[in-house]
Amino acid sequence: MVYQRIIPVLLVKDNVLVKSVNFKSHKYVGDPINAVKIFNEKEVDELIILDLDASKHNGEPNYNLLKSLTRECFMPLTYGGGVNTLNDVERIFSIGVEKVSLNQAVLNNAPFIEEAINTFGAQSISAIVNIKKDFFGNYCLFDYKKKKKKRIDLHKYTKELEDKGFGEILYYDVDGDGTFKGINQDLLKSLMKSTSIPVVFCGGAASHEELISVLKDNRNLSGIAAGSVFIYHGKHNAVLINYPQNKDRYNDNNLY
Amino acid sequence: MVSIVDSGIGNVGSIVSMHDYLGLETVVIKHAEEVASARKLILPGVGSYDAAIDKLTRQDLFHAIKDRVNEGAPILGICLGMQLLMEGSEEGLKSGFSFINGHCKKFDNKLNLPIPHLGWNTVGVKKNGNQLFPDVNEYNRFYFVHSFYACVSNEDILTTTDYGVNFASSIHSNNVYGVQFHPEKSHRFGLSLLNRFYYL
Repeated sequence: MVYQRIIPVLLVKDNVLVKSVNFKSHKYVGDPINAVKIFNEKEVDELIILDLDASKHNGEPNYNLLKSLTRECFMPLTYGGGVNTLNDVERIFSIGVEKVSLNQAVLNNAPFIEEAINTFGAQSISAIVNIKKDFFGNYCLFDYKKKKKKRIDLHKYTKELEDKGFGEILYYDVDGDGTFKGINQDLLKSLMKSTSIPVVFCGGAASHEELISVLKDNRNLSGIAAGSVFIYHGKHNAVLINYPQNKDRYNDNNLY
Repeated sequence: MVSIVDSGIGNVGSIVSMHDYLGLETVVIKHAEEVASARKLILPGVGSYDAAIDKLTRQDLFHAIKDRVNEGAPILGICLGMQLLMEGSEEGLKSGFSFINGHCKKFDNKLNLPIPHLGWNTVGVKKNGNQLFPDVNEYNRFYFVHSFYACVSNEDILTTTDYGVNFASSIHSNNVYGVQFHPEKSHRFGLSLLNRFYYL
């Protein structure tokens, strides 16, 4: 059976690696190419790279950075940020990226999505859904570019994304992002109920152990993603790229 | 020396990177003449069946590859590249190379598993003494991402993998090899496989 994935998420801004808290206060962490090299050595399951500048400035995907990153990557790479056209998608794949993640395009219902899925296959296009609670505690779709929240029925929205043909959905819990406060299990469980395509959840992880226990408790969860727990280490949050040891994970009985 | 076909349908960069890391010689090819003089071919593939066949045909690569492989040049099809080596797929209407008999089917929704099959999974070797998997007991896991799987006759199955069904994760007949998974994205397991194909 397929193993559940543990996936580091790297945020890139101005060509450097940054880390956020609740999608704000982006702190400098280091060189993305170096980080990818280290993750590669640690044989991570997969990497997600999100370029924050591209979407915010209506710019293109960061092709140059991508070219350098893919050279160091012997694991699957998912890229998101500034993907606005079919041509962007094609270029990204030709550089050596496995999956393209769409966020703004999904929010804007961009017409190229359908063609991208038909041309490249559902398995290569994933949707990123940023979720944030409003004042009343309701889960909302969060547009981080416009900084706007929109109250939605998460189940319905998930179904719509499935019907559109996406191969995977990455749910990002904005309220958990960078906080180490623990994964929002209620949100996760409710999201898991709705879908039959692979789901990855990100945001709020407190530790490696928590990631593994969440995977154990949610066997249908395709993957768990995190940023801070793989970048910071120790009491004082020193920057140290880290990842659970594979020899502890991959054995006959473990699926995570 | 191995020639990697670049027809815009596959992930060529990563395959080249792995070969570079291993110190193996590669050349990325786009034209029929280059296929005709290739010693060994790798056909990557990402995307959908018909779109891929169209691209290969438009660029005069379809017949070039067919001829070269029928002449005996070894070929390794990766992911969609593997599926193209067969007769066809439920995903599309076009015919593949038909180097290996069989069609591709979609994973059944009734399996109650997420589709596509996405992530790391293990493979079990079914053929003894095969050059890509010389040791039947060797542990191998690879990265899979696909919604369609190969249905071939038993003698063409090289490895099988479990995902609701026990399906052929790699196939082999004579000089034709196909792997459903992505060796270029499978760390040391992929390095090992590409190295073995290189030295066939």
